[in-house]
Amino acid sequence: MANVLLEMKNITKTFPGVKALDNVNLQVEEGEIHALVGENGAGKSTLMNVLSGIYPFGTYEGDIIYNGKVCEFHNIKDSEKKGIVIIHQELALIPYMTIGENMFLGNERGKKWNIDWNKTYSEADKYLKMVGLTDSSKTLIKDIGTGKQQLVEIAKALAKNAKLLILDEPTSSLNETDSRALLDLMKEFKKQGMTMIIISHKLNEVSYVADKITIVRDGSTIETLDCKTDEISEDRIIKGMVNRDMTDRFPKRHDVEIGDTLMEVKNWTVYHPEFAERKVVDDVSMYVRKGEVVGIYGLMGAGRTELAMSIFGRSYGVGISGKLILNGKEVVLRSPKQAIEHKLAYVTEDRKGNGLVLTNSIKHNTSLANLKALSTNLVIDKDKEYAVAAEYVSKLKTKTPSVEQLVGNLSGGNQQKVLLAKWMFANPDVLILDEPTRGIDVGAKYEIYCIINDLVAAGKSVVMISSELPEVIGMSDRIYIMNEAKIVGELPASEATQENIMACIVKTGKEG
Amino acid sequence: MTGSKILSFLKKYMMLIALVAVVIFFNIATSGRALYAQNITNLIAQNAYVFVLATGMLLCILTGGNIDLAVGSVVCFAGGVGAIMMDKSIPWPVAVIVMLVMGLLIGMWQGFWIAFVKVPPFIATLAGMLAFRGLANVVMGGFAYSVTDTTYLNIFGGGADCYIPDLFAGIGPALTASDGTVMNKFCLVTGIVAAIAIVIYTFLHRAYLRKNGYKLESLVGTVIKTVIICAAIIWLFYKLSSYKGIPTALIWIGFILGLFAYITTKTTLGRNLYAVGGNEKATRLSGINTKMVMFKAYTLMGLLAGFAGVLNIARFVGAQPTYGMGYEMDAIAACFIGGASAYGGTGSIGGVIIGALMMGVINQGMDIMGTSSNYKLVVKGLVLLLAVFFDVIMKMRKKGGAKA
Amino acid sequence: MNNFSIKNVLKKNTMIIVMFVVYIFFVIMTNGVIFTESQFTALISQNAYVFVLGAGMLMCMLTGGNIDLSVGSFVCLVGAIAGVVSVIHMVNTPLTLLILVGIGVLYGVILGYLIAFLNIPPWIATLAGYLAFRGAGTEILTSVSTTSAISNFPADFLAIFSGRVFESPAGILNIPCLIFGVLCIALVAVMNFTSRAGKVKKGYEAEPMGYVIGKTILEAAIIGLLTYKLAMDGGIPTVLVWVVAIMVFYSFICEKTVIGRHFMTVGGNAETARLSGINNKIVMFVAYLNMSILTVIASLMVTARFKAANSFAGQNFEMDAISACIVGGVSAYGGSGTVFGMAIGATLIGIINLGMSLMGLDQNWQKVVKGGVLLAAVVFDIWTKKNSGKK
Repeated sequence: MANVLLEMKNITKTFPGVKALDNVNLQVEEGEIHALVGENGAGKSTLMNVLSGIYPFGTYEGDIIYNGKVCEFHNIKDSEKKGIVIIHQELALIPYMTIGENMFLGNERGKKWNIDWNKTYSEADKYLKMVGLTDSSKTLIKDIGTGKQQLVEIAKALAKNAKLLILDEPTSSLNETDSRALLDLMKEFKKQGMTMIIISHKLNEVSYVADKITIVRDGSTIETLDCKTDEISEDRIIKGMVNRDMTDRFPKRHDVEIGDTLMEVKNWTVYHPEFAERKVVDDVSMYVRKGEVVGIYGLMGAGRTELAMSIFGRSYGVGISGKLILNGKEVVLRSPKQAIEHKLAYVTEDRKGNGLVLTNSIKHNTSLANLKALSTNLVIDKDKEYAVAAEYVSKLKTKTPSVEQLVGNLSGGNQQKVLLAKWMFANPDVLILDEPTRGIDVGAKYEIYCIINDLVAAGKSVVMISSELPEVIGMSDRIYIMNEAKIVGELPASEATQENIMACIVKTGKEG
Repeated sequence: MTGSKILSFLKKYMMLIALVAVVIFFNIATSGRALYAQNITNLIAQNAYVFVLATGMLLCILTGGNIDLAVGSVVCFAGGVGAIMMDKSIPWPVAVIVMLVMGLLIGMWQGFWIAFVKVPPFIATLAGMLAFRGLANVVMGGFAYSVTDTTYLNIFGGGADCYIPDLFAGIGPALTASDGTVMNKFCLVTGIVAAIAIVIYTFLHRAYLRKNGYKLESLVGTVIKTVIICAAIIWLFYKLSSYKGIPTALIWIGFILGLFAYITTKTTLGRNLYAVGGNEKATRLSGINTKMVMFKAYTLMGLLAGFAGVLNIARFVGAQPTYGMGYEMDAIAACFIGGASAYGGTGSIGGVIIGALMMGVINQGMDIMGTSSNYKLVVKGLVLLLAVFFDVIMKMRKKGGAKA
Repeated sequence: MNNFSIKNVLKKNTMIIVMFVVYIFFVIMTNGVIFTESQFTALISQNAYVFVLGAGMLMCMLTGGNIDLSVGSFVCLVGAIAGVVSVIHMVNTPLTLLILVGIGVLYGVILGYLIAFLNIPPWIATLAGYLAFRGAGTEILTSVSTTSAISNFPADFLAIFSGRVFESPAGILNIPCLIFGVLCIALVAVMNFTSRAGKVKKGYEAEPMGYVIGKTILEAAIIGLLTYKLAMDGGIPTVLVWVVAIMVFYSFICEKTVIGRHFMTVGGNAETARLSGINNKIVMFVAYLNMSILTVIASLMVTARFKAANSFAGQNFEMDAISACIVGGVSAYGGSGTVFGMAIGATLIGIINLGMSLMGLDQNWQKVVKGGVLLAAVVFDIWTKKNSGKK
């Protein structure tokens, strides 16, 4: 019987308005690879941030017991001293520094002040060898690929004398070969006695490396499966991940007549803007008809956002090829401006980052994408603008004292409504909604669903990208399933069940 | 393969090559006068402040392209206070300490607003630029003060005798340069000793590396590098010795540059400066207090500005309310010509040396050619633009035009 | 929440109130000298360039806290060229103006290209100009004149940017000026009331009647006082016409047109702007092109005021323009700010300068105070934003 290295007891963490973790318990034994699985926003990363001290002691409730002792981590340094090292999903590397410099950042070799560079680089080389990299530790980070960068992160963690290594989605930006190499490396470390926690969406990977699997759903741990004793199948994991009570209810859609094809994409391929050899969208073909809600389901990193943004005036990616057909005519859209002129709208998943101007009022945000309609000879009709903004506020039931309110002061749900208003006012035929209900409460979700229904009832088409299965199933007329840059399945609403959809993903994951 | 090697060599030493080219140009244009011993001595003495301020500016720029516009005013303010104190017969060591402490406090003041209150650096330092210039004028009351303490002047590189005297004057035969002046033997010997020391250090270091099994550079490369560096040093000291000897300002420049070369390359603080500029978030996630790093950068900048004030009043043998005008621009330009990135995260003391020398050579060369000081500004501006332009184009090329 | 409670009105207009307080302070400290006719004229003619450059700087800052450091030196260079073209080569005035604006456009295009399309950080690109133009301007002046200044500009050239409209001797009431003042008051009153009536009619949130009346009376009083004082001192200074025209034009651009909205959006969130169909690069380009053209106008004003082109013209003008923006509440990070705010900032700084020199405080303390005001304004801005964010 191995020792319990880490125990997290009754961890509860609240953000303003949201309970991100609710009484979570987690036990990790020494020398095992423990997987945390769950949907986006289930609370996996939050839990690990609590563990590593990013959310310091005192901002959460519950106990962290490590090596038999109750620990209070006030910052990252505290947890690293104990040998708990986290590797974040977005790599924390500095591009214009060498591998060696990055590896010992905040953990410099030498005396208190003086850095011993010879020692740094020779030790760096040693750790690089341990992770199987042959590059010189004097290479700049920007000159190596993401696969190698990920390995550098692991070497960096080893250099901190990691006893418990946490990997948050380590393979999300890696290709198949690099991913497999990484997983094998993890197994190798396990043999040497390292304990690891891996967070992943990719179930085939999880079942390949993990000894135990803990399933997290809606901020709670559901169950822990032991790969030695329990019969583990991916079906079982999926059931644990998604089998929630259908608390999300969906408004009934009145019979909408589905018309002709409005937008069609044929053989659409997009490459990554920085790693030019990587396909982020691979030979995708799909279509949307008038009055239809088409769901695109896929996990994060499957290429959904990339597909949507590349269609929307090539606002993402390079080397885009394929045909885009609108109303039966092939068009080439070179900028978001042209896309808007061709009656497309893309409602981003990142409303704060690239959807809204938080320092501007509701009024100004609403009119932004279609100022043309409000102006003559470039002069804006302010009365009309006010009226339009007020109309959308009342139509979408946005809760705000006035349309002059700064968007930054609104809640997430109301911000989402302003974002929708902005694009509805642009008067598109096809709206691509990217994660339209992310991070907003249940009541606001329901209202967003109602808006979607109203949109199709008015003859628009909606493409809804989502990683929440119940939402996709509850709202869509037809569902495309995306995985690893490809469309791997298409299901009509009648055949769409959670198990069917997950099966599509699992099937292709295995093939790869 | 060799083609790309040559290209990367060119890229790495671009500014050094440019500097050599500029020196050769001026040497031809002034028919050899640019490299007169006296002119080389002047080049060092006149540009001491650029080296010192550019060093401080580099620290700020590293943290993310931040700058300090107040340095010129701080130089004037600290220098003014120092000059007045010495005018009131307060001993010069006290005056020096007061000047340094003033610089330090001003640096802390600005660092506080920038790091902890998050006032944009250019605004916080713009306010400082106005305020400290004003205060400098207020304390000086619009008058010029002269510094008469010869010990002070000799130590900090001002007046006629700010050179290390020839300690070996009586020993051995007197050497004369080609133009008949008596050479400073001490200076010459120092240069030779320094060159020998570098050779010995290089090979001891190699031996140490080999012993510990660390990676070695190719022997040929090391030899060539060492030979070039030694030749440059001996040549410089030969020139200096055929004028009046080693200017004391050179010692101070060497000291500051050496100290900060050490800080930026060998200490955790140096590392943190680069890291904050390279990727602030990643740095924070590595457990580093990024606000403190910013604060330290501006504090050190202030201290160095205070020290530049010390050198400045020595060089000009006094203080005037107009001193230090435009110094911030010289410092900033030196950093960028020396290859510091305008977005932070890259740059080195070696680059600062090249950048400051470039500015100095242009100043000096055009002076000797007799061009008006106005053209100097025009050329400086163009050189700065060219340096940044070159940097940007290189980066674009590398990205392969991926960013449309 | 009542947007028009006394507390909120005061809060919204902090800088205006500060301006009045400062003004009254100086009236007391200078025993009313600052309130005399000639000081009104001085305030306007000394600070006209700040308003013009401030408008250009505002547009640059809106796009994301970007600045132009080269304006002061460019003022000097343009002045020198004006001298050479107009005085030395005796080119007629319209052609001279055309040439100068052409030079402004040329520089603006180059600068805009470097910043917008080559992504060179603005302050470096303009730092080069800061150095080069000062040198070039001085060189031109020293090469044609022993005093490194060109004077003797033709009268028709000077008249465009200096002197007074319908000038009359000081001390005698200038009738055209008064008529103009009355017209302005009438215009402001009509605009205030029709705007409110319009809002009420369409059912928008409108200001209370008392607020509108109070505002109108206050505005009328200020305009009335200003025109009376100016009328007593010979009439409306020509530069005031330029300043008002430029302020009105840029207010209009910023607040009422699509162009202004684009500037705000790019500064507020560049990525959102791009995905909303805005060409960010063009916006940056226009900002710097516009700045250069306004700099030409500012240069002409300064040249006309001194009746000469000097090698020291324009020193620290960039700082004045930036200060005016910051004190006027323009965000140092871009995305928010108004022409009106900038104008208040410029006036406030102007009053402080004038008041201090009338009090006999020397230039140096003025610099200290300027620096202090600038820092205080930014800290105030950051602090209020922090507080409103916490709500």
